[in-house]
Amino acid sequence: MELFFEWFRVLYDTTGINLPFLYDSYDRGRMLDGFLTTIKLSIVCLICSVIIGIVGAWLQASAFTWTRRFVNGYIQLFRNTPPLVQLYFFYFAVGALLPKVETDWGGQAPMFGSFAWAVISLSFFAGAFNVEIFRSGIEAVPKSTVEAAESLGFSRLQIYRDITLPLAFRVCLPALNNNLVNLVKTTTLAYAIAVPEMLYEANQIWSDNVNVTEMMFFLLIAYFVLVGVLVWGMNSWERNMKIPGYG
Amino acid sequence: MNWTPDQPMVSIKNVHKAFGELEVLKGVSLDVMKGEVICIIGPSGSGKSTLIRCVNALNDIQQGSILVEGQEVNDPDLDKLELRKKVGMVFQQYNLFPHKTALENIMMAPVRVLKRDKSQTEVFARELIKKVRLQGKEDSYPGELSGGQQQRVAIARSLAMKPDIMLFDEVTAALDPETVGEVLTTIKELAEDGMTCILVTHEMGFAREVADHIYFTDGGLIVEHGPPKTFFDKAKDPRTREFLSQIL
Amino acid sequence: MARPEFKTDLPVMLAPPERRQGEPLRIKLWHGIALFGFCVLSSTYVFADDTQAPASALSVLVKWMPLLLSGFLFNIVISFCSMALGTIVGTALGLGQISLIPVVKSSSWFVTQFFRNAPWLVLLFFAMFLLPFEFDLGFVVIPFPDWVKAIIGLSLPVMANVSEVVRGAVRSLPSGQWEAAESLAYTRQQTLWLIILPQCVKRMLPPWMNLYSILTMATVLASVVGVSEVMTLTGEALAAEGGRTDLLAPFYSFVLLIFFVYCYPIARYTVYLEKKFAVKD
Repeated sequence: MELFFEWFRVLYDTTGINLPFLYDSYDRGRMLDGFLTTIKLSIVCLICSVIIGIVGAWLQASAFTWTRRFVNGYIQLFRNTPPLVQLYFFYFAVGALLPKVETDWGGQAPMFGSFAWAVISLSFFAGAFNVEIFRSGIEAVPKSTVEAAESLGFSRLQIYRDITLPLAFRVCLPALNNNLVNLVKTTTLAYAIAVPEMLYEANQIWSDNVNVTEMMFFLLIAYFVLVGVLVWGMNSWERNMKIPGYG
Repeated sequence: MNWTPDQPMVSIKNVHKAFGELEVLKGVSLDVMKGEVICIIGPSGSGKSTLIRCVNALNDIQQGSILVEGQEVNDPDLDKLELRKKVGMVFQQYNLFPHKTALENIMMAPVRVLKRDKSQTEVFARELIKKVRLQGKEDSYPGELSGGQQQRVAIARSLAMKPDIMLFDEVTAALDPETVGEVLTTIKELAEDGMTCILVTHEMGFAREVADHIYFTDGGLIVEHGPPKTFFDKAKDPRTREFLSQIL
Repeated sequence: MARPEFKTDLPVMLAPPERRQGEPLRIKLWHGIALFGFCVLSSTYVFADDTQAPASALSVLVKWMPLLLSGFLFNIVISFCSMALGTIVGTALGLGQISLIPVVKSSSWFVTQFFRNAPWLVLLFFAMFLLPFEFDLGFVVIPFPDWVKAIIGLSLPVMANVSEVVRGAVRSLPSGQWEAAESLAYTRQQTLWLIILPQCVKRMLPPWMNLYSILTMATVLASVVGVSEVMTLTGEALAAEGGRTDLLAPFYSFVLLIFFVYCYPIARYTVYLEKKFAVKD
């Protein structure tokens, strides 16, 4: 393994192609941290945005006009404004509103760090899309199928759990996966509030080593592979979930 | 709940039902005894499907009374589970659960709703599949079955709850002509086994063959009823005669 | 026949039913504006009493508004240019994807996928750092200021997405159209330009407009690389006011508001077009 890494140092010495995140253990650690932060951010945002989506879809079916209006307002707001400005709004404006908390050694620290704000902001952004996705999925389950379950004595909760959700989920899956891919790409915005994700760490490395060209190409390839693997995995999942005899 | 088998199993008295402004049932009454097979026929929009959906409490009624084995259906505190254990229903569009296999479709309600033992239920479900002549299709998904096969799975699914009464809501209307026969055979066998059945149907030949009693509805009312022989050959009401002349 | 044809008319996999027009659920433009107005006003109010600020936050915002709006105008300019550039190159790329020449087809596919999978911000960085600051044609030197680089950087993902839109639209046409044209002795070129593409334009319009809306919202990314568009100007305005925290919420709300006012009607119109075309098809 060391030999493999050393080869890139030789590559740098002979050709000038500088890939320090391969031969330098410190830069390698930074890049790996950045990659893991991107993954962590994506997963946490995914979970939160799905929860927002489910709760939102449930609220959207509410009997109260103002609850529905509120959810619709939320959706339109977050879908029609730049996610970067949303992020700034949360991080700077809302962040300034919240009280400071005492740290262990008596100092003052903001209640949420930049990672937490990135999670909050991106989850609300992706969640706005998920609400619509879940709603359309639930609407796609035919009323007659629900009725059949009703006539077999299923309770409302049982119908929701055993019939509506499994069917709606399959309808949602393609759109949900598409949204997830977008979410992973959108995590790069966290760079703007100094969350140490992949783009941020790459920036650190190219600032130290003055190798923008190499880092840029590496980043493009890294995201291409990351998103490519994700898309491939999602597509095969979709195929697995397909109900035999439909489509 | 002092129902005894000599009383009507289903007793419908003066039932009124309206969807908004539209009055669909305008005072319908009929009785079904245990083991009896009755067919409800009539032009579309005459309220016959609504009537049997009311028996299963899928639609509520505004006025009147429906007693199923002595249990009042027109009751805000109705124990729906108790009612639906007694009453099975088969729909025009089969309405199978598309994400479950034929066997799972049949087993789901007894296991989930009645909390019956899973392995015993499976034995029973396989018997039912045999009864509707679908051996070998246990692990097929509804989308892989023909309409007639799906409908027979739907019948087996209802039977798995061991109901006392079966409701059939135009169960052959959506089928290809060549698969209608296989479904009707299944229902006929069921009737011969002594199952109490209420059918809404357009299959006049079938009604004549299996029914003990035929009701003709028009405009939300029962216009005429009687045993098949008198009903088909000696209909008195002009509306019935006109309908029959168009159909036959 | 290997499999009998089964009737599977359970409508599980059908598209969800359309929302009816005029439903009380539909949110109107003024709902959003009212909500934003509420945000701006309430945030100024919240801070009004705990600072000894010489000017109220709202009046400061009003003072800077013309500058911010001119910055937004720049965002629009960037979005128009990127959209135009991306559409032209993307259409060519999309046609490449349906080419019959394997090399053209596979390379167009690869380029499309490559730029579609890359995050917009990374592509923007890519253009910023790797494009030269001027381009020497021998007889004339074309300067590449930052904002031109931003336009090119943003047009890359637009290009890839337009390419997919074109491919999708062409593929969504029934093959009967190709066959009918072929039987009438049209060449492939003629079929494409005279028969297929005119029909595709209608199908492509809604996703294309949706893309434009996404692009417009992405123009603020240019602030990260230092182009002086609305977000950069907002930051500068805030700095000029001495970093007052009570100004943050109103200023960012205002930026959100102008984008909402611009993008929301586009989104509504896109939905309207989708519905209109869906009925006719």
